[in-house]
Amino acid sequence: MDLAYTEEEEDFRARLRAWLAAELPTLPPRPDPLDWPGRRAYDCGWQRRLHDAGYGHVHWDASPTQRLIFLEETERAGAPYVGANFVGLLHAGPTIAAEGTAEQRERWLGPVLRGDEVWCQGFSEPGAGSDLASLRTRAVRDGDAYVVTGQKIWTSHAEVADWCELLVRTDPGAPKHRGITWLAMPMSGPGVTVRPLRTLAGSTEFAEVFLDEVRVPVGNRVGDENDGWRVTMVTLSFERGTAFVGEVVACRRLLGELARTARKNGRWDDPVLRRRLGRLGAEFQALWRLTQWNVSEAQATGGVPGVGGSVFKLRYSHARQELYDTAAAVLGPDALDLGREWNRDRLSSLSYTIAAGTSQIQRNIVAERILGLPKGR
Amino acid sequence: MDFRLTGDQRALKQGVRELLDRRFGREALRAAVEAAGGTGAGAGEGVAESAGAGAGEGDGGGRAQGGGGAQALDRALWRELGAAGFFALRLPEAAGGVGLGLPEAVLLFEEAGRALLPGPLVATHLAAGEVPGAAEGETVVTRTDGELVEWLDAADVVLGPAEGAVPLRSVDPLTPLHRLPGTGHGTGTGHGTGTGHGTGTGTGADGRAPSHEASLLTAAEQLGSAARTTELAVAYARTREQFGQPIGAFQAVKHLCARMLVRTELARAAVYAAAVTADPVEVAGARLLADEAALDGARDCLQVYGGMGFTWEADVHLHLKRAWVRAERGLSGAAAEELVAARL
Repeated sequence: MDLAYTEEEEDFRARLRAWLAAELPTLPPRPDPLDWPGRRAYDCGWQRRLHDAGYGHVHWDASPTQRLIFLEETERAGAPYVGANFVGLLHAGPTIAAEGTAEQRERWLGPVLRGDEVWCQGFSEPGAGSDLASLRTRAVRDGDAYVVTGQKIWTSHAEVADWCELLVRTDPGAPKHRGITWLAMPMSGPGVTVRPLRTLAGSTEFAEVFLDEVRVPVGNRVGDENDGWRVTMVTLSFERGTAFVGEVVACRRLLGELARTARKNGRWDDPVLRRRLGRLGAEFQALWRLTQWNVSEAQATGGVPGVGGSVFKLRYSHARQELYDTAAAVLGPDALDLGREWNRDRLSSLSYTIAAGTSQIQRNIVAERILGLPKGR
Repeated sequence: MDFRLTGDQRALKQGVRELLDRRFGREALRAAVEAAGGTGAGAGEGVAESAGAGAGEGDGGGRAQGGGGAQALDRALWRELGAAGFFALRLPEAAGGVGLGLPEAVLLFEEAGRALLPGPLVATHLAAGEVPGAAEGETVVTRTDGELVEWLDAADVVLGPAEGAVPLRSVDPLTPLHRLPGTGHGTGTGHGTGTGHGTGTGTGADGRAPSHEASLLTAAEQLGSAARTTELAVAYARTREQFGQPIGAFQAVKHLCARMLVRTELARAAVYAAAVTADPVEVAGARLLADEAALDGARDCLQVYGGMGFTWEADVHLHLKRAWVRAERGLSGAAAEELVAARL
């Protein structure tokens, strides 16, 4: 049980902190949240700077502890998020790195790291949400290409993406997990139509993607035909790993801001509210410790995060929603003002118990894979 | 940074688990419950004498006293715990101790909580090195805690003012309780103004040991109990069949179990980290999460057990009742929340 960082880790932190202090003041102004091309350019520009400074690959081959430090320090410094590079850096990239051929790694990984190419994720479908493996988008082999027809939904950054990591059905006769293939699909090809979806937050965070006889070269297949489910699980285990480090840091900062606001506006005198804030303080402190625990485990087991991520996500997603509800109690009428940025965050947080595996699916995962309870019928 | 248990720490934890399995396994637990009379502990009448601070030998098995008979503590087991270093764990080796720290102590108390080991373990552990015989397991030490004192009749030494203590029929068959007259012991934080000063983390009622250590060790016991009730619920859900399948195949049951594990593992991270930092505010937070994990864990376990959970025969109620008693120790939930809030 050692929470102290090694000299090497502290050195990594100090260099990163110094670099951030010098670099952040030179960033261009943040684009409007609705300006998608502007956001893409901003996010890719930031990734390019990270790459040039030697931090571009930190999500891939830095040690889990270095990654923890990276996410902690960038959040503390107020650096930009991965944004449009999320899928490339945290889903598609790691999948290609783990499962792709040398040629595929050469083709796709460099542009992601340099912030030259943006990826989106074509997994969910209108009829395949929690039951992802029931997806029906068809891919039929035609010479050296797959011809893809179907519909994807909840596709973040689809409007500005160059590539889509796409799950398609290549064997409709096989059991549902065994007839799926993973393809890298260019978003620019004929037959791809993107229609933005407006969320309850009023923004267009993601889109529907319609595919009408889109031709995808067979060479864009990662892994074997019909082995896409296994290939996908590699990606999802990354998604449920240490992806929330920055968010926990951000939540603790927000909690501090709320306490200051409450002390100023008098609501701190309400013991019920004060104690609610105290409990949240304990909650996020513990979530930070659980993150360190998970990172230590990942460090020891070679870096691929395991099901411990489900335990974390279950508690974190609810805690974050509770944080915003408590914030509303602190802010009173201001909680109804969309002009305040945190209110948009409150609305966004309503997706946390749904996205990347609903809380109910996560509980199934915990019960079946960690506790060994039988699969239900 | 490597937050995982070291090899030595894992071995220590395993060693204590084996010792407790051997010396206080389920049969011993149930025998102790039956010996306690089964309807509530410490059923003695009248005012208990204020146990003197003159330590020394107990009379072998606790003082027989009162109508129901004062509850005996297994002195041979207590000495064995002493010999295994349970109480001397954190004393320096030069003073005859084991020379280990709070993280190791937390692992021991987690195992004690898991096994529902009875006795004033925290008070005696904290008294080691100060009260003669405590470190060796020769002297049983209890301490007053707010309005309550555990194991007053069985203890050789009582720390804190126990004058006028009156026995109550303890909800936990294995934790006899006395109640102290008057109030004024309160929660230990004395908030009340709105300016958010948490205080009262410095010392215990007797001024001897920092009460945050007592809170942490109590949290560790709660953690062990939470982990155990999770295991019990999962084992039951895998074997009990209804509608032609194990009840654990139903999502409603599965999700109860998953929530138990999530609460337990979050509490584990909090308790272990608090043991490393020994920061009173982090301890307060860990205590909140460990209390929650133990109390809700026992309740959910009871629910998974269904009708069996409502029986005396199942161990679930023993975990719930002990968790209730532990939750009353030291820092209250409200006080802990105030402490954490004060630092925000």
